[in-house]
Amino acid sequence: MALKEALESGKFTITTEVGPLKGTDTSEILEVAELLDGKVDGVNVTDQQSAVMRLGSLATCSLLVEKGLDPIFQMTCRDRNRIALQSDLLNAHVFGIKNVLAITGDFPTLGDHPDAADVYDLDSVQLVWTIRRMNEGYDLAGNELQGKTDFFVGAVVTPLTDTEAAFELQLIKMEKKIEAGARFFQTQAVYDVDAFEKFMKRAEEFDVPVLAGIIPLKSVGMARYMNKNVAGVFVPEHLIDEMAKAEDKTTKGLEIAARLINDLKDLCQGVHIMAIGWEKKVPQILQLANLT
Amino acid sequence: MIKSEQKPFEEILDYLEGEDKVFILGCDGCAQASQTGGMPQVMEMKKLLEGAGKKVTGYSVIDFLCQKALVASRLRPLEDKVMKADSLLALTCGIGVQSVAAVVKKPVHPGCNTISLGGSRGEWQGSERCLECGDCLLHYTGGICPLTACSKRLINGPCGGASNGKCEVTPEKPCGWELIYARLKEIGRLDQLKKFIPPKDYNKMRPRPEFLSTSLWALEQRD
Repeated sequence: MALKEALESGKFTITTEVGPLKGTDTSEILEVAELLDGKVDGVNVTDQQSAVMRLGSLATCSLLVEKGLDPIFQMTCRDRNRIALQSDLLNAHVFGIKNVLAITGDFPTLGDHPDAADVYDLDSVQLVWTIRRMNEGYDLAGNELQGKTDFFVGAVVTPLTDTEAAFELQLIKMEKKIEAGARFFQTQAVYDVDAFEKFMKRAEEFDVPVLAGIIPLKSVGMARYMNKNVAGVFVPEHLIDEMAKAEDKTTKGLEIAARLINDLKDLCQGVHIMAIGWEKKVPQILQLANLT
Repeated sequence: MIKSEQKPFEEILDYLEGEDKVFILGCDGCAQASQTGGMPQVMEMKKLLEGAGKKVTGYSVIDFLCQKALVASRLRPLEDKVMKADSLLALTCGIGVQSVAAVVKKPVHPGCNTISLGGSRGEWQGSERCLECGDCLLHYTGGICPLTACSKRLINGPCGGASNGKCEVTPEKPCGWELIYARLKEIGRLDQLKKFIPPKDYNKMRPRPEFLSTSLWALEQRD
């Protein structure tokens, strides 16, 4: 099912994501697309993820449309000013892309071109608002569009934080994104179901679907790395222990992911699986979670 | 010299919605020279605010508002009048507003837009505090500038990359938005965070011809 229809039907919605490579080789992405066809409701394509230069989200989304998938065009505010962002939204519409996910974007110094200028002409809330205006038939300068867009707009939220201020600010910004036009949310990876429940108790009142982020663990080292370096990701010690004791780390990682999906099932409207290199294993996770 | 211009009076009245008592601050440094915050402008603002039904609990013109310690010592004798006010209106540059906001636990509204710092960073040394954006947002953010306090210059909230209150880009630095949150909580104005701020007009940030080249530009033209 397509993303919008899936969310509107009330079914537990599954999205996943692919990251284009550095270069023009699209064979792996097309292979993944074939494997995912009919198994997920939407596929995000990351936009220069971690500020590392690579093939763009727009071209890749267009390839996925051709393959019959429903891509979610991720757009960060880091690299383009409002002229380029709006133009790429028009491009995306022409390529048959239906969904856009508006995000701030990692700072250039975190990526492989730390010498690049950072743009942030618009912020993520303003980008959501811009897309709504373009759906209504106008650009940011108030000019009428000759043919408007028709995007289903999403945004992101980090449900687990390490300070009270960060938690409240996430909820405030989430509400602002909804008022600006966001119709669904995907979250940072969740490993602590109780903490996520606490977040959802507050976010529920907004009545906008939330897809909880799932990143399958590959190793103890990966879990520790994320705990140390990735904001908003907290892998509890008991999961790290479970990984450490497992003989077959791959199977264990996929099992934990499937278990998390089932534990989160009653708390939110779906999951967003970020497999980070394990895209081909997504169907296996869905099978383990009895979602196929 | 830091060049500023007064915000439209309607915008100032919007800031003061729900606040009846105001204390006005002027600056006898650059704002006086810009004719935006010297004694004549403070008196004019007092008249305008009273005409709009506000009660002005007091006023003061300090040289320089960007000197935090000086602001604190000059306001101490006026503490009664300051504390009686719901908020303060500062007719000064962005650095001056932030300096006042850092010493008074009350909302401090900017009365001016800073259009050029002219190479000066004011008397509050240590870090850059004003980007001379020409459309001051300090009213919404509790007197802490999101353009300078946030590494990504985000104006509608944080990016979500902070870790234990520290910035993702510069971990030595606190997350600007967590500072803004703490300040707004302290002055009871967290409601400000819910307001959507539309895209900025970056045209207002470009230096105007009269501030380009050297400070002698006008004289050079005359020769």
